[in-house]
Amino acid sequence: MTETDRMLRDLRDIWRIRLLEEKVRDLRASGEIVGSVHLCIGQEAGPVGACDALRPTDALFVTYRGHGWAVARGVPVVGILAELLGRASGVNGGRGGSAYFSAPEYGFHGENSIVGAGAPLAVGAALAGRYDGTDRAAVCVFGDGAMNQGAVHESMNFAAAFDLPVVFVCENNGYSELTPIRDMVRHDVLAERARVYGLLGERIDGDDPAVVRERVADAVESAREGGGPVLLELMTARLVGHYIGDAEQYRAPGELERLAEVEPAARLGRALREAGVPDADIDAARADAAAEIDAAEAEALAATPADVETVRSHVHA
Amino acid sequence: MPETRTISFGEAVNAALRRSLEERPEVLLYGEDVGVPGGVFGVTKGLHKQFGDRVFDTPISESAILGSAIGAAMFGRRPVVEIMWSDFFLVALDQVVNQAANVRYVSEGRLTAPLTIRTQQGAVPGSCAQHSQSLEAFFLHTPGIRVCMPSTAQDAYDLLLAAVDCDDPVVVIENRALYHAGKTEVEVGGPVAPIGGARPRRTGDAATVVSWGTLSSQAVVAADSLASEGHEVEVLETPWLDPFPWDDVTASVARTGRLVVAHEANHTGGFGAEILARVAESGITLRAIPQRVAVPDMRLPAAPELARAVLPDAAGIADAIRRVVS
Ligand SMILES: Cc1ncc(C[n+]2csc(CCOP(=O)(O)OP(=O)(O)O)c2C)c(N)n1
Ligand SMILES: [Mg+2]
Repeated sequence: MTETDRMLRDLRDIWRIRLLEEKVRDLRASGEIVGSVHLCIGQEAGPVGACDALRPTDALFVTYRGHGWAVARGVPVVGILAELLGRASGVNGGRGGSAYFSAPEYGFHGENSIVGAGAPLAVGAALAGRYDGTDRAAVCVFGDGAMNQGAVHESMNFAAAFDLPVVFVCENNGYSELTPIRDMVRHDVLAERARVYGLLGERIDGDDPAVVRERVADAVESAREGGGPVLLELMTARLVGHYIGDAEQYRAPGELERLAEVEPAARLGRALREAGVPDADIDAARADAAAEIDAAEAEALAATPADVETVRSHVHA
Repeated sequence: MPETRTISFGEAVNAALRRSLEERPEVLLYGEDVGVPGGVFGVTKGLHKQFGDRVFDTPISESAILGSAIGAAMFGRRPVVEIMWSDFFLVALDQVVNQAANVRYVSEGRLTAPLTIRTQQGAVPGSCAQHSQSLEAFFLHTPGIRVCMPSTAQDAYDLLLAAVDCDDPVVVIENRALYHAGKTEVEVGGPVAPIGGARPRRTGDAATVVSWGTLSSQAVVAADSLASEGHEVEVLETPWLDPFPWDDVTASVARTGRLVVAHEANHTGGFGAEILARVAESGITLRAIPQRVAVPDMRLPAAPELARAVLPDAAGIADAIRRVVS
C-alpha cells in the first residue's frame, strides 16, 4: 500500500468513527438512545492507528468512551448502534449499552465504566497468555484522569514485575470530566510515571494515526518479546463535551476553534492535499464512511427491541 | 432565621452544604468536579466561589478522597466529601469499612472521624450495570457507619445537616433522578435535627409498607391504588437506615399484622431481609406472609426496556400489598 493510500484509508476510518459518533449524538438528542453517552469526536486517530497494530488474538480493554475503539477493532457498526439503541441484535443484546459493551469475537474485550478498572483486566489477559501458549499482548486504554486511580498504578507495577506484554494507552485529552488534568497533578507529563515502575513510557502525537500505529506496533512487539510493558501517552483532544449535555464551561476562550484546526480529520485532509491527492478522493473517504453509517443506522433502527424474556439469563453458569 | 423556600432536591442539598460551610469553619467540601465546576449534577454550584479553598476538586482517586477525609476528621476538620456514584465506592471500600468504621471503637473514643460522605445511586433509564446499583446494604453491614437515604427535598436538607452535625462517619445516599425533579417547599434555617427517625407518609391499618429512597414515593402511589380497592395501607418511609427506627416499624406491624418492604437494592442480603428478620424476632404474629419487593438477584441491563422488566415499581409494590391483604 502506498503512503497516500494508507492515509486515505486512515481518513476513511476516522470518518467512520466520527460519523458514527455524530449519529449517536443525534439519536441521543431525539431520544432514540437513552442515558449517558460519551463521544470520542476528535480522538479518532488513536483507535485507528492502534488497532491496526494489533493481532486478532490480542486483548483490548477500553473505557466508556469506547465506540471508536470498537469500530477500529472491527466490531460491525450496526451491532454497536443496535446495542446503544437497546435492540436484541446489539452486540450484548442491550445489556451493555453505550458505556459498557463488549464483543470478544472481534477482539474487543469491552468498555468499562469504572475509571481505571480495565487495567488489571488487561494484565490478566497478558498473564493468561503466559500459560496458554499464545503470545497474546494486551492493550488497555484509559484517560488522563485514570492515571490518578490506584488500580492503574497497581497494574503497571504488576505487569512490570512479571514482564507481562501489556501496553497501557493513556488518551490524554486534557480533561477528566469537567476538570483539567494539569490542576490535578504536579507534573503533567503522565508518560514519565512509567519510568518509576520500570516501564518504557512515551508521550506521542495521538492525533496522527501513522504515529500511533508505529509506536503501538513497536510497543506491542517489544512487550510480546519479553521486553516488558509500555505506557504510551497519546496527546489528543475531545471536540465535544465529556457527556452529552456538558456545558463545557471549563474551556478556554477560542479553545474549540483552535482545536478544530488541528483535529485529526482536518490534519489528514490537509496532508493528503499537500501530497497531491485529488479532492475527489479525499471527499470519497468521507462519503464511503457516511454511506456505511447511514445504512447501519437504518438497519439498527429497524431491528427488534431487546428480548425481555431472557433478561435474567447468564447471571450464573 | 427559619424560612420556607421553593427549591429542588439538588438546591436543598446545596443549601445544606452552604449552611454547613457558613456555620462551621471546620467543614471542608471536596470530591471529583465538586469545586470549580460545581458538581456533575450542579449540586455544589457556587460553593467554591463563596468559600474558596475549603471547597475543591480532587483527582479521580476515591481511596485518597475518603481516606484523607477520615484523616482530616481525626485532626479536627469536618469534611463533606463526594463519591460521584455509589458504584465508585467499591474501588475504595477499605477506607469505609476498615478505616472510618474502626476509628472510634478501637481508640476507645479518643479518636473520631466526623465526616460525611455524599453519594448518589439508583437505576435511571440507560445507565449501565456499573452505574445502577443500590449498595446501601454494604454500609449497613458495617457497624460504626451511619447511613441515610433522603427522597424528598426537605429530607435532603435536614438529613445532610444532621449528618454533618453527627460525630461519626455518615454516608448520605442521594439519587440523581431526584436532583432536578421539580421544586417543593422546604423549611430551611431551622434547628438541626438529630440523626434517625421514620417518616410516616400515609396512615392505615390494612398493612405496613416500609420503604426508602426513590421507591418511597412509589410505595405511596401503590398504597393510594390499594385505597381505591378498599385497603388503607400505612407507608413508613425510613430515610435513616442506621440508626433504623425499629420501634416505629414494629409498632406499625404489630397493629397491621401485615408487612411489605420495598427497596431498589438486590433481594438477597438487601436490608429488607433484616427488617423481616427483626419483625420475626420481635414475636409479632403476622396475619400474612411478609413480602419483599426488590431487584431480583441479577445484574442490571442498560436497555431501558430490559431494566423496566426487573426494577421494582408502584405496580409491583401494589401486587405485594394485595398478596398480604387478600
Ligand atoms: C472509579 C470511578 N470514579 C469516578 C468515575 C466518574 N467518571 C467517569 S469518567 C470520569 C473522568 C475520566 O477522565 P479521563 O480518565 O481523563 O477519561 P476521559 O473521560 O477524558 O476519556 C470520571 C471522573 C468513574 N466512572 N469511576
Ligand atoms: Mg481525559
